[in-house]
Amino acid sequence: MKYLKLDFPPYATGLEIAWFFAFRAICIAIFVFLVAPILVIIPLSFNKESFFSFTSGMLAFKPEAYSLKWYRDIFANGMLAPDAPLSLDWFKDSWMRSQWMIALKNSIFVGVSATAVATTLGTLASVGLSRPEMPYRGLITGILISPMIVPIVITAAGMFFFFSQIGLSQTYIGLVLAHALLGTPFVVITVTATLTSFDRSLMRAAANLGANPLTAFFKVQMPLILPGIISGGLFAFITSFDEVVVVLFLAEPDQRTIPRQMWSGLREQVSPTILAVATILILISLVLLMSLELTRRRMERLKMDAHS
Amino acid sequence: MHSTFDQKALTRQLAAAERRNKVKAFLLVLPLLLFVLASFIVPIASLVWQGGYSDTFANALPETSKLLGAWDARSPVSEDLVKSFVTELKASKLKDPAIPTRVATVVNREQSGSVSKFKQVMSASDLASPYKEKLSALSSEWDKPDIWRAMKIVAPSFTPRFYFQAVDLRLTAEGDIKPETDENAIHLLLFGRTLMVAALVTLFCALLGFPIAYLLAHAETKTSNMLLIIVLLPFWTSLLVRTTAWIALLQQNGVVNDFLVAIGLIDNDHRLVMMYNMFATLVAMTHVLLPFMILPMFSVMKTIKANLVRAALSLGATPWTAFWQVYFPQTIPGLGAGCLLVFILAVGYYITPALVGGQSGQLISNIIAFHMQKTLNWSLASAIATLLLIGVLLLYWLYNRLVGIDKMKLA
Repeated sequence: MKYLKLDFPPYATGLEIAWFFAFRAICIAIFVFLVAPILVIIPLSFNKESFFSFTSGMLAFKPEAYSLKWYRDIFANGMLAPDAPLSLDWFKDSWMRSQWMIALKNSIFVGVSATAVATTLGTLASVGLSRPEMPYRGLITGILISPMIVPIVITAAGMFFFFSQIGLSQTYIGLVLAHALLGTPFVVITVTATLTSFDRSLMRAAANLGANPLTAFFKVQMPLILPGIISGGLFAFITSFDEVVVVLFLAEPDQRTIPRQMWSGLREQVSPTILAVATILILISLVLLMSLELTRRRMERLKMDAHS
Repeated sequence: MHSTFDQKALTRQLAAAERRNKVKAFLLVLPLLLFVLASFIVPIASLVWQGGYSDTFANALPETSKLLGAWDARSPVSEDLVKSFVTELKASKLKDPAIPTRVATVVNREQSGSVSKFKQVMSASDLASPYKEKLSALSSEWDKPDIWRAMKIVAPSFTPRFYFQAVDLRLTAEGDIKPETDENAIHLLLFGRTLMVAALVTLFCALLGFPIAYLLAHAETKTSNMLLIIVLLPFWTSLLVRTTAWIALLQQNGVVNDFLVAIGLIDNDHRLVMMYNMFATLVAMTHVLLPFMILPMFSVMKTIKANLVRAALSLGATPWTAFWQVYFPQTIPGLGAGCLLVFILAVGYYITPALVGGQSGQLISNIIAFHMQKTLNWSLASAIATLLLIGVLLLYWLYNRLVGIDKMKLA
């Protein structure tokens, strides 16, 4: 907050002072543009009416204008007996039949499996790519990153043709493989970036002390590049957790994920339940962002320790 | 003598060791490379193949397909051709009752009204020699060359016609290339619109991203870390959530319109139409892609030394000259990387235009999805997709040349 102290040097002209304020006003406006749309969703999700806008009651902060019914609807929509009293049976019913719960289970299953595949293959490849002896590095990196660049509709259409031929369309395996593919570029980028600051003489030291390459990797290299692997894995997971086009093209209705459910919610039956789901997702991404920031700080501390 | 021998052996051993290391490094990359090949490169190749290949007609009516190929598309059709058409079409129903309809749909794309003509043939029970007269008794349309010409166009399995269609050209039965009729000529329009939207979104992102990147790069570390989180929050938030947010904000009864009415800027009866059109597509896409512009610019600006600008100022440059002549040229690598990245991503955008774009805000990806899911004209979808792919790969190559793909960083 130091820059608000406003101790302008004596030679600052009026125009410069005006620009100082104008520039900050512009920046604040852009930050509002970035964040306000996301934050607006949160209060709207507590709307009692089924509108996507603020009612006059909400603006007057009347408690009766707010409600949690859209959050209840996340659990209740699709249940056999949504009006039954809250009990273990109610939650069981919700867990088994609620549309959003089914979507959540699919999203987590596909996301976690895809992340596991993407992170394993991606880390292995990054270790190879960052070795100085690696042949054709530029070309191979280009190929490995390309799933991130090719428009998702093209990728999804190609997968639809090919996976239908080999019997993988409308299967969980097909979906997991497709999402893993979309996640690998993020793992490769983050892990190779971390590996550029990895001191390779540590591996030679480990080998010198009698460690075989596998031990050296798991005991020396992996702990040091773990922050990179974790953030790459996180990227892979949110890529899968946020993916809708491949699911649209490849999955059958029972395999719908959270974004797929939101997609049909936005196109067919617009209800504020989506806002409630969106609010929960925003909170999740906040938590993810915080954990990423913490790993980054940890990494910086490690670097500082290494240099001192 | 002995020492030379040793040297040679040593060189050989060194070369062998280096080769082994190369192979080892490559073996580490191999699993992912094979995975990407199998689940990405091969599917993309099958898409490109599909764009020039459509065997619905030739599979169902192989003999007819051959005879149509030999026909010159002008002279009256031969009795042999008609006979083979009728018998093969009838026979195809026995294999799978859906085939005749599928064939009719394919022909119908070239000549509308063909589906009902095919139905007549399928429901007529007394078709026998002479087939030609029997058919013309069903409908005079069978006497005209049009439907046969349409069949001649769709008969070959390998055909460039989908690629022509993707750029609003038609292949005629004689093999000539003609411009598409006006009501069907929409692909070039959509390609043009996609390029325009991508260019505009890139421009908006550059204009909005530059000040933010500057602020982040030159604020104190603590402040800039906090502000970076604000930039990253939308980046980490689900795309569908952000799109939902824009629907809530921009629709007729949305937050922005309510606000403008409340402060009296617009009349309640004249609420602005900001949703389901081009405007919504532009705003939402700019919002979604802005972080991709800010992050590369930020990482470049962080490395620019402040004392260069100070030196320019002390040498008598006005603040504007110092910025424009000294500071701005150094930001070009970041600006270029950001612009290229945003442009590449914008050209292939699908979800946001599909949800907020309405009619006027649809882009080329949306028409690909439309042909994939609604008209089921997969070959046309593939042909359009292939053209888009070529464009994106050219841009990707350019990005790699100018920025270097290994320089791509994610905050």
